[in-house]
Amino acid sequence: MSETTFASGSRWLLFHAIAVFVFLYSPIAILILYSFNGEGVGGFPPHHLTLDWYRTLFADGPIWDSVLNSVQVALAAMVISLAFGVPAALALERAQFPGKAVFRRLVLLPLILPGIITGLSLLMLFNVMGTKLSLMTIILGHGTALISVATTEVFAGLQKLDRAQEEASLDLGANYWQTFWRITVPNLKLPIIGAALLIFTLSMDEIAVSFFLIGRDNTLPLEIWGRLRRGITPEINSVSTIIFVFSLVAIVLWYRLRMRGEGASSAGTEMVEAAEGHAG
Amino acid sequence: MFSRTYKAAVTLPPLVWVTVFLLMPYLLMFCYSFWSVSASQTIIHSWTLDNYRQLLRVDVYWQTLLRSMWIAARVTIFSLLLGYPLAYFLSLYAGKKKDLLYQLVIIPLWVSYLVRAYAWKTILGSDGVLNTLLQYVHLTKHPLEFLLYSPFAVVLTLTHIYTPFTFLPIYAALEHIPRNLVEASHDLGATPGQTFWKVIFPLSIPGVLAGATFAFVLSLGDFLAPLLLGGPSGIMISNIVVSLFGAAFNWPLGAAISLCMLALVVSLLFFSERLEKKWSFS
Repeated sequence: MSETTFASGSRWLLFHAIAVFVFLYSPIAILILYSFNGEGVGGFPPHHLTLDWYRTLFADGPIWDSVLNSVQVALAAMVISLAFGVPAALALERAQFPGKAVFRRLVLLPLILPGIITGLSLLMLFNVMGTKLSLMTIILGHGTALISVATTEVFAGLQKLDRAQEEASLDLGANYWQTFWRITVPNLKLPIIGAALLIFTLSMDEIAVSFFLIGRDNTLPLEIWGRLRRGITPEINSVSTIIFVFSLVAIVLWYRLRMRGEGASSAGTEMVEAAEGHAG
Repeated sequence: MFSRTYKAAVTLPPLVWVTVFLLMPYLLMFCYSFWSVSASQTIIHSWTLDNYRQLLRVDVYWQTLLRSMWIAARVTIFSLLLGYPLAYFLSLYAGKKKDLLYQLVIIPLWVSYLVRAYAWKTILGSDGVLNTLLQYVHLTKHPLEFLLYSPFAVVLTLTHIYTPFTFLPIYAALEHIPRNLVEASHDLGATPGQTFWKVIFPLSIPGVLAGATFAFVLSLGDFLAPLLLGGPSGIMISNIVVSLFGAAFNWPLGAAISLCMLALVVSLLFFSERLEKKWSFS
């Protein structure tokens, strides 16, 4: 019924939706296009299509060093976020303790807080503790900020988990440790893999927190940032294109995992709702 | 069914970590904001309100804060104008394509901030894609200089970045509206406009508030887009903080500004949550 009465209105909505998608995707499309441009990153129309910038990129030592640094940071941050984020989700769902509400808010705060505040507050901590800035401090920063992602993803999975299996395991004589590894974790496999993917991607892309915690070695986004300030060449477009493709693959994979876990298109909404303080 | 040991084992490690790496840094920021720097650039650890006095006295600080809030407000409004109808379309009219389209919105959400900000720089520059295109089709003779290095560029870029953030909670809110409410409204003779304004829109307000909070808070604290695209007139409050922590070497004053931002963000979250509770019907 509503389909017909809304017909004229829905045409406008359709145009609007198309316009928004064009707005969202055209900058990325232009960026990719100009990564093949002969000279300069502006200049309409693009001309002399070439793969030269990709060749330059593959021969660019500092970029690849920074990629390696970023991968190390992302993997280590992933381990930290999961090691503390999974228990935090279990604690929020299953335990009562004083200060629980504050704890929940604190864990989730980095999701919505501008990166500058997370970065600067950690910078002050490291300064007071006399810790030298290095990739290690970036790892601690990313690891801490992204606990929020691990916690929301796993918390959402826990709420759909049937506790009967864990109960049976405990009744049959397994201890908590065995039950955790053999029942709880396998049942949370999808949310955990999803969280890991998301944490890896977000850490690879992160710049605001790293900006303040950087030592001598650059991560990839900071290496690019440094070059942007010196003037731009299509080589930046080609590295951005590659980053985009990798992020795209990771995000689509994550989404598919979420769909299998949920069967409804609400992936990602928990994160927003959690950041706003609704989880638990 | 879970023993005390189990609960302690899952609670203590994250609790300790979060205390050390989140709570303590915030407290430290609080302390710093009451300290000062000596002429020889060392931190003096005695308590003073000087930093806060300076914030009130020196015009550039609160003027920049106001300008940042104005930029953030524009970003929020544009993100809502783009995000709301899109969410509405996806939720009510997209049919079988809903899932694919939803995915297309959340991909930009998670894809590199830097990549997208950089893309706008290449589009808006004086030799950029847009200016050369306009000259190519003879719409303009000279590059439009206001495109890049202006508050306009910052608002445009941040709107691009935060529209998907705004979309998400609105979409979630629209999806939660029982469809029979909409049908009942039609059956009782309401026009489509009445149904929207009297039934659908009020029920989606919690999503609008959540999305608006997201866009406002995250763009308020941004310092990378202004550095890359803002120019002198697009400087935001976080840029001042960055320079206070860098070249100007006045961490206490920088901490005081950061703390004001933190307080602003947390109180906004608090109020938007209260309002959302008031408007949610379940």
